[in-house]
Amino acid sequence: MKIKFHYIIILAAMLAGSSCSKLDNIKPPSITLKGQLMYKGTPIGVEYNQVPFRLYQTGYAGNSPITGTFDQEGNYSVLTFNGNYKFTIPGGQGPFQWKELPSGGRDTIAIALTGDQTVNIEVTPYYMITNQAITASGSNIAATFGIQKIITDATAKNIQTVSLFVNKTQFVSPADHAAEVDLDGSAITNMSSVSLSVAKPTFAITQNYVYARVGIRIAGVEDMIFSPLVKVTF
Amino acid sequence: MKKILGIMGFAVLLSTGSCKKDSDFLNVPPKSVITTQTAFSDPALVLSVIGDLYNRQKDFSSLDDGWATFADFGESFPSDNGSYFIVQNRNWDYGTWSIWDYGYIRDLNLFIDNLNASTQLLAADKARFLAEGRFLRANYYFEMVKRMGGVPLITKTLTYDNSGNVVGLQIPRAKESDIYDFVISEAEAIKGSLPADPSEKSRATQAAALAMEARAALYAGSIAKYGATTPQVSLTGGEVGIPASMAAGYYTKALTAAQAIINGGAGAYKLYKVLPDLSDNFAAIFLDKSSVNQESIWVEDFKALAGKTHGFTTSDQPYSVSDEASDAGRLDPSLNLVQSFEKLDNTFAPIPTKDGAGNPIYYADQQDPFAGRDARLGGTVMLPHSFFKTAFIDIWGGYLLADGSILSSDDATHLAALPGTTIPVQVVGKDGPTPTGEPLRTQTGFYIRKYIDPTTGSGRRGRGSDVNFIRYRFAEVLLNAAEASAELGDYATATTYINQVRSRAGLTTPLVLTGANYFDRIVHERRAELSFEGLNLFDMKRWRIATKVWDGNTESLADLTSNLASATKRNTQPWGLYPYKYYNPGNANNGKWVFKEVLPSNVTGVLNFRLGNYYSQINDGIITANPKIVRQPNQ
Repeated sequence: MKIKFHYIIILAAMLAGSSCSKLDNIKPPSITLKGQLMYKGTPIGVEYNQVPFRLYQTGYAGNSPITGTFDQEGNYSVLTFNGNYKFTIPGGQGPFQWKELPSGGRDTIAIALTGDQTVNIEVTPYYMITNQAITASGSNIAATFGIQKIITDATAKNIQTVSLFVNKTQFVSPADHAAEVDLDGSAITNMSSVSLSVAKPTFAITQNYVYARVGIRIAGVEDMIFSPLVKVTF
Repeated sequence: MKKILGIMGFAVLLSTGSCKKDSDFLNVPPKSVITTQTAFSDPALVLSVIGDLYNRQKDFSSLDDGWATFADFGESFPSDNGSYFIVQNRNWDYGTWSIWDYGYIRDLNLFIDNLNASTQLLAADKARFLAEGRFLRANYYFEMVKRMGGVPLITKTLTYDNSGNVVGLQIPRAKESDIYDFVISEAEAIKGSLPADPSEKSRATQAAALAMEARAALYAGSIAKYGATTPQVSLTGGEVGIPASMAAGYYTKALTAAQAIINGGAGAYKLYKVLPDLSDNFAAIFLDKSSVNQESIWVEDFKALAGKTHGFTTSDQPYSVSDEASDAGRLDPSLNLVQSFEKLDNTFAPIPTKDGAGNPIYYADQQDPFAGRDARLGGTVMLPHSFFKTAFIDIWGGYLLADGSILSSDDATHLAALPGTTIPVQVVGKDGPTPTGEPLRTQTGFYIRKYIDPTTGSGRRGRGSDVNFIRYRFAEVLLNAAEASAELGDYATATTYINQVRSRAGLTTPLVLTGANYFDRIVHERRAELSFEGLNLFDMKRWRIATKVWDGNTESLADLTSNLASATKRNTQPWGLYPYKYYNPGNANNGKWVFKEVLPSNVTGVLNFRLGNYYSQINDGIITANPKIVRQPNQ
């Protein structure tokens, strides 16, 4: 068969022509809203994908929120449009208290978005982990840290367990870990100095580092609060 | 002349035809549509209307909704390439298990309205149909409240007036207790209009209404009682959560309704005890559709070669005796479930695989490790070397060699030579489990037996199976009565009820329920008797132990084999038990069987039930359409 080049040229011209048309009449979202969970300037670590948030845009009929979850460092990020938003965290989520309105219901943070913006979310955690040090010692990974009780009023909650999680990747949580050691909350004698130690896990492919962090499970609260992630090289 | 006559005659005919009025000519009643008035004038037509409404009932596990509705929760492993997500996901989405079919509710309300308006039906027919419509509506509200908590309670047809104003149609959620109260009061109101006939299984009967009432009241009672342990799972308006003070009232109602069935007031129902082999007898409860079966109360019925069949047997039959070459073995019960069946002396023990010194135990017969247990084990699960249809099923993972290594292959037809020989032989069971985790054959060492149809051809896709799905049965009524009386402190009555169910399963040593043991025992008994019947999730939810059983932690072998009697035992990953043939010529144990606990390689996730899973999410579309709907807690 003879190849008819003029057909190919016509086809190419048609394709090129059609690609010029604007098929989408709505601009994609381009404004980034991001931030981090904070308590007095200190970031709060949570479990990846477990603490959700809701972002409502006011001025529209209906009330379907933009939903998302915090990552394990407590960061969130949303790609959206300019406008007025209200940010909130659903009830019973997160290892912290969120302001409740006297009328019932959850408080919201108003955000007026006119360009890329960073809005850190200030919350009151039940506990904070302080002075954390995680090191390799011999065949173990050892952590020492202090625990500061932040909420001490009638709504205070006890510590159920504190745990040290170790994993080969940066994802370190109850779901993703290669080694874990737990200490019962009642067994803690000195809140300002707690030590945990667990044997180094072995991996199929040897690596000379692990990632580790410490978490506190609070009695009656679903989500754990975590210390910052530490890369331990040995 | 003749021609003129013909033309004249034709003209006359035409003109007479044109005398019809225009409106008559255009108003031709359609032949393919039956008007409401006609439909509700004849009992046969009403029956076909309500037949559709029966078909639209929703069950948690349903034979015609796919085998996967029976999977999950650590009780089984899904041996199917597209379904491994069940054991690989970390979380259940908050929206999982949600239902919101108000179209169905509207059709039920319309049915009731139309029946009330009809004039040509006999009073007896009308009363029965009306009771059936109300039964279906109450049962669907029960299904909704189990999953969603309090939902808008709509008991009349709503009409939109085209005004653009929908506020009158936006109905807020009722209290959770209100929905349960509705189910209970409807059952009380209609039971007198329903027949007390044990042979009527696919339509509502007096016993079906009472069984629904007993189950609903029991669920409400336990939510009231055990909801106190999870105060976070409640809403201030009562849409979720029931006050603890209402528990005793609900338990009393559950007991009364259950006893009405047990005492024969709603017809002669009794436990199915027909076959001499107790395991076969237990399996036959689900297969026997004759009038001999006085255990099943209300079923979703199927009929082969008549258009209503399901593919459960096709999906789950053993691989080697499958009627379809590539359809089998998807639902594999886990070792977690198998070992939970207690021994005949009422004690719990894992399946023994090692002796006290840690050496493997060599069994002469593959079924030996499972001997001396609750007969329901063999009735629920096909153990290795069980007989099915035409052959013994062939479950073994390979040869265990003298040096401790395993010789196996990915398929029974892929042969290999044993050490010291040259002739290749079969080195893995035709039914699996293979070391490579081949799908469609067992990956836990077990197949499901409940609902599997032994009829010839039932495993073919074209024919399908017509085993029915039992929605309410007498054994569950007994267990409901046992639980309700135990919760009310009457352990003696509870003991007699639970022992009836247990002795049918061969557990003839009487069990004595006490305040200390009743909870663990009832939780266990329901698991043994009612596994794969779509009740497990709701049981775990109403006792508020779902967050403990599926706690998001990996399940080690030590976790698996310890703490068997506890209601809150972890059950986050489905384990398997693989038989291996010992090959060591000259050794006394040569040819005997060794068993190993194995976590199937596809199990990479861990079941994690979050507080927000206790009540399924109401999606944003519903809340946008009706802002009066309150969101669920913890989501």
